[in-house]
Amino acid sequence: MKYQSQLVAKPYFIAAIGLFIGQIIFGLIMGLQYVIGDFLFPEIPFNVARMVHTNLLIVWLLFGFMGSAYYMIPEESETELYSPKLALALFWIFLVAGALTIVGYLAVPYARLAEMTGNDLLPTMGREFLEQPTITKIGIVVVCLGFLFNLGMTVLKGRKTSVSLVLMTGLVGLALLFLFSFYNPTNLVLDKFFWWYVVHLWVEGVWELILGAILAFVLIKTTGVDREVIEKWLYVIIAMTLITGILGTGHHYYWIGAPEYWQLIGSVFSALEPIPFFMMTVFAFNMVNKRRRDHPNRAAVLWALGTAVMAFLGAGVWGFLHTLAPVNFYTHGSQITAAHGHMAFYGAYVMIVLTMISYTMPMMRGRAAANSLKSQVVEMWAFWLMTVSMVFITLFLTGAGILQVYLQRYSDAPQAFMVVQEKVELFYWMREYAGLVFLTGLLLYVVSFFIGGKEHAEQRA
Amino acid sequence: MSGTFTKSMARNIFIGGSAFFIFLFLALSFDTVRALPERDNRHNITDQVALGKKVWEDNNCVGCHSLMGEGAYFAPELANVYDRFGKSTEAIKGFIRSRPVDGIPGRRSMPQFNLSEEELDAVAQFLKWTSEINDAGWPPNIQG
Repeated sequence: MKYQSQLVAKPYFIAAIGLFIGQIIFGLIMGLQYVIGDFLFPEIPFNVARMVHTNLLIVWLLFGFMGSAYYMIPEESETELYSPKLALALFWIFLVAGALTIVGYLAVPYARLAEMTGNDLLPTMGREFLEQPTITKIGIVVVCLGFLFNLGMTVLKGRKTSVSLVLMTGLVGLALLFLFSFYNPTNLVLDKFFWWYVVHLWVEGVWELILGAILAFVLIKTTGVDREVIEKWLYVIIAMTLITGILGTGHHYYWIGAPEYWQLIGSVFSALEPIPFFMMTVFAFNMVNKRRRDHPNRAAVLWALGTAVMAFLGAGVWGFLHTLAPVNFYTHGSQITAAHGHMAFYGAYVMIVLTMISYTMPMMRGRAAANSLKSQVVEMWAFWLMTVSMVFITLFLTGAGILQVYLQRYSDAPQAFMVVQEKVELFYWMREYAGLVFLTGLLLYVVSFFIGGKEHAEQRA
Repeated sequence: MSGTFTKSMARNIFIGGSAFFIFLFLALSFDTVRALPERDNRHNITDQVALGKKVWEDNNCVGCHSLMGEGAYFAPELANVYDRFGKSTEAIKGFIRSRPVDGIPGRRSMPQFNLSEEELDAVAQFLKWTSEINDAGWPPNIQG
């Protein structure tokens, strides 16, 4: 660790892991509710569990991105962070606001929460992923502004690298696009149209810039490959991301009342969206193969390669499976969508945050570069358990989805939603078991932080 | 990635390419917003429909159901529930009103939201209005 102020990343990462555990517990509750319909009813209805599951995911990924940025920007800029105190203050504000929101979801009925937080003044609640009370949304904006100010001042006074510029572009885009969450017109079609400005342009737009920048940073550090080479790759990848991904938004506009030309535009451009992900895979493996050193933190390199592969599979391949309009006509809003969502979020964003945590935590905890081999072995076990179980969760949901689409929408005698749900129950059970393996992997991951021992040293290549 | 292809060329492709597609996307969005009045059934948005959307949001209905395929996949699609229930807003209201407080043993059940008569009417009208949006013929059949 080159700069003392990089240490502010540590509480962000610890909070991220804590919220991650909460997310998975609620995921398991929902998974059980899929097969045991009255589980925890009416105390925690499905919609509440889902809100907690998805909102915890978003919040902990944001914690992860913020921690990553606080670690990267001083090192890239070759100067201390502008204000570590501001970073720490924002951490507590964000954590308390996030925790209160989750408590609100669980403690009172949602309608009561909407009433208590003054949703009538500026209604923004009750839309998927944007369920947060308006006041929480304002808090997120304030935290983002302070965060960007802090980083911006750091970049301005120091060295400006392509990695930090790409990261900043992604983070500024994230903050700007979030402002569309305050636009909630009465007209449902307009509402949905601009809702995707937040959701799609986040996960298939600016978040990929953040992902690319973090991956590039970790690869520069762990492989020793020339920065110029890595940054050139980074620019090409993110160029392809935005060239395909922006018009790729069209794949959400097929069936929500927008004009039919989106079916053609959305199909063509979103069919190209796997390209930047494939390039990311080629990039990561190439850089590791060309490495000039064998970094002692083998777990971090494994996470980096894992991100590149799983992001391509989850976002690229599983996205392509149902993105063409004639296919999507049948698969839209089915378990196929859920399958894609799980592997894409895990492969792209969960794994990149865990890559960064894996790379930075040993140094923030006082080691030269890496944990003991024993700790790394446990962490790598956690990697495989979580990754393989996520592949199976995705496969089981895909199986459920194919059957659902056939029985409910494609066959000659379409059957009712709930009738079909009961017929595919077996797949939901299998998904739940895979989820338990995922939780085991996650707990093992936490355990790996508490395994001491002598630091694993670099070996000559 | 070798030879004469430099980092600044890559950066220029990024800046030029993104700027072009951002512009194109905004232009298409503008065109969509202009075309929507023909498709989105907006002339039928009454105060009651507007209140219905508010009731829909305030009770987080999208946390279990999908609406035009978006939302959760735990409970049935509702963009065509008006058609599925025999074009009867009364049937929709009756269903919501009759949900048991403690659920149904072993099965998924919609919570009892204790909506007022005004709210029930509003949400039913909102779902009726939604079913009349021109959404390119989705869903494929009445089952949603």
